[in-house]
Amino acid sequence: MLLEANRIQKSYDGVKALTSVSLELRAGEVHALIGENGAGKSTLIKVLTGAIRPDSGEIRLRGQRVEHNTPAKAKGLGIFAIYQQPALFPDLSVAENIGIANEGKKLWRKVNWRARVTHATRLLQQIGAQISPDALVSSLSMAEQQLVEIAKALAANACVLILDEPTASLGQRDTYNLLRIVRTLRAHGTGILYISHRLEELFEIADRVTVLRDGNNVGTREITDVTSRELIRMMVGRKVETLYPKPQTRPSEIALEVRSVSCERSRVKGVNLVLRKGEVVGLAGLVGSGRTQLAKGLFGLASFTQGSFYIDGKPVEIHSPRDALQAGLAYVPEDRCRHGAILEMSVRENVTLASLDKLSKNGILQRRAERQTAQGFTDRLHVKAPSIEALVKSLSGGNQQKVVLARWLITQPKVLILDEPTQGIDIQAKSEIHRLIRSCAEGGTAILLISSDMPELLALSDRVAVMAKGHLVSIFDRKDASTDEILRLALGQNPAESRGLN
Amino acid sequence: MAWPALIALAGLYVYLAFAAPRFYAADNLRDIAIANVAVLLVSTGMTLVIVLGQIDISVGALFAVCSVICGTFAKMGVPMVFLPLVAAAAGTVLGATNGALVSFVKAPSIVVTLATMVAWREALRWITNGAWIGGLSNTFQWFGLGQRLGEAIIIVAALLLFAALSWSAHNLSAIRAIYATGSDAEAARLAGIPTSQIVFSVFALMGALTGIAALLNAIRFSDVPSNSGVNLELKAIAAVVVGGTPISGGRGDLAGTLVGVMLLGSIGPALTFLAVSPFWEKAIQGGIILTAVLIDAIGGWRERRMVEFA
Repeated sequence: MLLEANRIQKSYDGVKALTSVSLELRAGEVHALIGENGAGKSTLIKVLTGAIRPDSGEIRLRGQRVEHNTPAKAKGLGIFAIYQQPALFPDLSVAENIGIANEGKKLWRKVNWRARVTHATRLLQQIGAQISPDALVSSLSMAEQQLVEIAKALAANACVLILDEPTASLGQRDTYNLLRIVRTLRAHGTGILYISHRLEELFEIADRVTVLRDGNNVGTREITDVTSRELIRMMVGRKVETLYPKPQTRPSEIALEVRSVSCERSRVKGVNLVLRKGEVVGLAGLVGSGRTQLAKGLFGLASFTQGSFYIDGKPVEIHSPRDALQAGLAYVPEDRCRHGAILEMSVRENVTLASLDKLSKNGILQRRAERQTAQGFTDRLHVKAPSIEALVKSLSGGNQQKVVLARWLITQPKVLILDEPTQGIDIQAKSEIHRLIRSCAEGGTAILLISSDMPELLALSDRVAVMAKGHLVSIFDRKDASTDEILRLALGQNPAESRGLN
Repeated sequence: MAWPALIALAGLYVYLAFAAPRFYAADNLRDIAIANVAVLLVSTGMTLVIVLGQIDISVGALFAVCSVICGTFAKMGVPMVFLPLVAAAAGTVLGATNGALVSFVKAPSIVVTLATMVAWREALRWITNGAWIGGLSNTFQWFGLGQRLGEAIIIVAALLLFAALSWSAHNLSAIRAIYATGSDAEAARLAGIPTSQIVFSVFALMGALTGIAALLNAIRFSDVPSNSGVNLELKAIAAVVVGGTPISGGRGDLAGTLVGVMLLGSIGPALTFLAVSPFWEKAIQGGIILTAVLIDAIGGWRERRMVEFA
């Protein structure tokens, strides 16, 4: 056995990301790893590459136990991961990027430029990549950069190659080319762990497949023994949690109407959507399906090349978040730490940031009103902080998210857009946020909820819209929506296709 | 708050009270205050620029240009009461130029202000041929009010301006927006703060304060030199950093900057009264700046360790 992970456990702040996952990878095998977002795939990769240390469990390479795994050690042993976003030095040439991986750590050593270029050329030829070793990495396409990453791994004698959604942003031809290279590597005895959402691809390339769900290994199968329908069932599981509050549906006026908006760069294509007052519309789709781009476009962070939208029946022009805020929109972004909470500022300052105008008279901040508002909302949202003067960076993830939510609830938005509002936060805070979302909707706000957490989406939404490859492919009433159906649509499979796979 | 700087300042002043009580003579204190008025106003603006996560190294050159503009207008016979407006307007235009390049063209502020620093200085030298503006009417120096009253006006004007800005810093929502932008520009923009306009306005304000500082400095003399304000940007940045504002932005306050200006500005006179060679002044100032940076770095380092082991 080339690589074994035995009973790996890992939890973050009491939330189990991996509950005893075991996995075996043979030499000369393509082993697919699949699961919904949040199933634990990324955590498992991080454990294998030494980026994080598991709470318990062991990793064995060729039977030898790997002690104290670190990124440097994993690379030294030949375990490499290649992500959807290549991690190369954009301002260095291809040969330099490959050389850095290969030539060891002697800083004060004369660089043999000719050898570097020859070596890079040989490796690129080996994988059949038509890339000049002198080209700057920044001038290469995403697909070409991935090939350079593979060459880099080969240069360092990789025996285990982890490919994390390598084809998610590739077109058909580049995908074909990549799969060809993966086959070549397999023939040379490299063990390949292949993560992908595209099921068709797995049937083409994988030898075995392992399905993760909620941090558990649900099963490892020979690819010839399973159908795509079975795999989807394994990913989804049978249970739908009932911990969520029940939504109530009642028809009401239209709060937001989006008419055939498109954006070329960000791959949103002709989306139509209507949000009614007091309604939660869930937006499902894979990473890269255009969900986040649609939200960003609505909030003025990306410009739509076509289409128009209306709030309360009136057409609105939104070119910046400020315009969006004034039009009555609110947006809680996906990356809480980078785009949501301002970590170096206090809870009070964070909470009132979007409503400074309201809390000021002639530009003078009304400190008492500010304090009362901040205190009131942090109490209402049960933000656990020593006081409203505590710095946001001292709070837990769930409480940081509540602070960002409070910021937007104060503005009394007509439309609230939530992008993965409960990602990476503990169960307790999660259910509190769920209750808040419902109560906010009951107050008449229209909510667009983007979430990869299927049970959450189904439990909170009145309707569920599914996006795939930039299109809004379907919209269901909650009672008609099922996880299998949503996942099938999100994976871009029409019924005919999946029958073909069966 | 800049506790280390405040403790150092208090220590210095207590030590002087015993070792050189003559330091506390009214004339001396007034001289120190007068000599630091320009630095204080420029440092105030610089604090906001640095809180914003930017830097402005063109203030010395702006100071020279504004001085000459004030002198030229005075020589043309513009009444003295209008000169503060002229100075502020000239400074605003120059600062806004920096601001436009930084906020709308999105060029890095250190490069933009390096370019304008060199450009304005050299342009000024070319236009004036290095000549000073002399032969001004008697109403220019000390506003024609005599040295005593003139000095008092300069000090009071500077302190009033500083007090007004300090009050604003605590009470205006616009200043909160500066801190938010400096902490995390993208998050601030997502919260609906017009970050580009904020950056533009702060540079314009920096220019206005530099213009007023230039005027308050120029009226101490009968002629206006064409090369004033050399190293003013360094003095201001030093005072801000010593005052506890990290160069990375997002934090800091004006009270700290006042302490920084007082500490750095008192070293030279203190040495004179302690009969130490004045050549030590720069070395000691350098040591203070280095200490301030080290204290900030150690604070950040300890914080990171705590997070790592949490």
